[in-house]
Amino acid sequence: MTRDEKSRIPEILRKHEPELLKDWVQRQLAAAGGRPGQLSEAALREEASRFLSALREAVVGGQFRDIAGPAWSGVREVLGEISRDRAQHGFSPTETAMFVFSFKEALFARLRRELAADADALADETWAATTLLDRLGLYTIEIHQKSREEVIGRQQQEMLELSTPVVELWQGVLGLPLIGTLDSARTQIVMESLLQRIVETGATIAVIDITGVPTVDTLVAQHLLKTVAAARLMGADCIISGIRPQIAQTIVHLGVDLQNVITKATLADAFAIALQRTGFAVQRLPHRA
Amino acid sequence: MERIPILKMGEFVLVSIQVDMHDQLAMTLQDDLTAQIVRSRAKGVLIDISALEIVDSFIGRMLGNIASMARVLDAETVVVGMRPAVAITLVELGMALPGVKTALNVERGMELLRATLGTPVETGRAPAESPNGHPQN
Amino acid sequence: MGILRTEKLAVDSADDIVRVRQVVRAWAIERRFSLVDQTKLVTAASELARNMLLYAGGGTVELESLEEQGRHGLRLTFEDHGPGIADIGLAMKDGYTTGSGLGLGLGGAKRLVNEFDIQSRPGVGTSIRIARWR
Repeated sequence: MTRDEKSRIPEILRKHEPELLKDWVQRQLAAAGGRPGQLSEAALREEASRFLSALREAVVGGQFRDIAGPAWSGVREVLGEISRDRAQHGFSPTETAMFVFSFKEALFARLRRELAADADALADETWAATTLLDRLGLYTIEIHQKSREEVIGRQQQEMLELSTPVVELWQGVLGLPLIGTLDSARTQIVMESLLQRIVETGATIAVIDITGVPTVDTLVAQHLLKTVAAARLMGADCIISGIRPQIAQTIVHLGVDLQNVITKATLADAFAIALQRTGFAVQRLPHRA
Repeated sequence: MERIPILKMGEFVLVSIQVDMHDQLAMTLQDDLTAQIVRSRAKGVLIDISALEIVDSFIGRMLGNIASMARVLDAETVVVGMRPAVAITLVELGMALPGVKTALNVERGMELLRATLGTPVETGRAPAESPNGHPQN
Repeated sequence: MGILRTEKLAVDSADDIVRVRQVVRAWAIERRFSLVDQTKLVTAASELARNMLLYAGGGTVELESLEEQGRHGLRLTFEDHGPGIADIGLAMKDGYTTGSGLGLGLGGAKRLVNEFDIQSRPGVGTSIRIARWR
């Protein structure tokens, strides 16, 4: 686009900003007529006005194509905020992008009026404007997508926290039933909640039960050993229980060293050891035998 | 020069680190402690690090060294009160302090030392003797 | 990516290591890092600052407060004009040391952060850049 430099769009935006804003907001409200209450008129007007003034600043340089450049940082910021906000409020990507695309109608109408005498110029400017607004519209979709991913990430984090309970099995004995796989993010959470509970309860033994862990590879084993080491630094010993036969086999095949950790086949075995270590004994009462 | 005070209590020596450890202070503590173990013929060393916000490899190494030196001088060392965030970081750093005994707090550390050295427990709070009492933190 | 704030500290003595830890801690708190994240970053900074002092006789630490698409982070750049590191791969290995340490400094620090980048030229100096995101 050689016409970028002498484009009249910057001038038109500058001169007619109030009219463009009014026209655009009205069109958006009319389009959203079927779904009232989603966004108040005042909020919409505010967003539209922020976008327009940022756009007016950005086009001054005549750089229409490089929306990733420094001249467009203001526009990107405004659109980023709007997209994130809409993503969080459950708007679809289409609805989010329509914010930018809907500006075409208002802008083209204005271009037609201003450039009525010059058909060539009108065609060129329309093309320049449509390319630009397409790019900006796609940018909002990208941001929308990213914020959705952030929301999902946060939910995953919350689920992780929910899925790693640390329970007190007996006074001084904690139980940590692990279900699912153990990656580094989850290990971090497991460690934090285990150590926190050690502080709260004063427990000296924790039983980590891995019955619900589908596979134990070198990495998972390392994470387990880290957890055991961290608990030990706080003065608590760990017993790993729920080691199924095939897991025992893989551990040996992989050459994972569990020499310094107490391991038991079942949670019951581990619990018995834990009781013994804390000085308790379980006895069957004679008259109930 | 700044020094960390070392307290003598029966056959134990106690240290509570309450300041941000700079390297020289750590070295001085190492020297002072070994000297004190010999002087007081201590059988146990208790180091309280509950005030330490970080333990890096230097401080970690100092703790390990103290434990090894004390062992050579026939004394047991217990490090107590490590904060959870510090423990997680140390493990990630690759320093699990394998040769150092640990306990949750000073009280537990004293119990551990007494148990290891076979000294009778005065408080009667060993788990086997207190079936009703929840261990206090 | 936006850089919100920067600060540069000199590391010329063992006392400066303590100062680096305190400043990094203050920044991490201000950026609302979790306690574990704070501790990891401060510990990594302590390791790298000490390395710089031990092997290069000192250097500088530059702190940068970052923001990228709503994420907050801190970036620390350790720069020295020491002898440099000939074999970076070897220097990163746990247990490798040319000094009296345990050799956990570089590899250990790397495990405590999200980003780790090391540039070194023998005879010219070393630059290590780490970042941790909230």
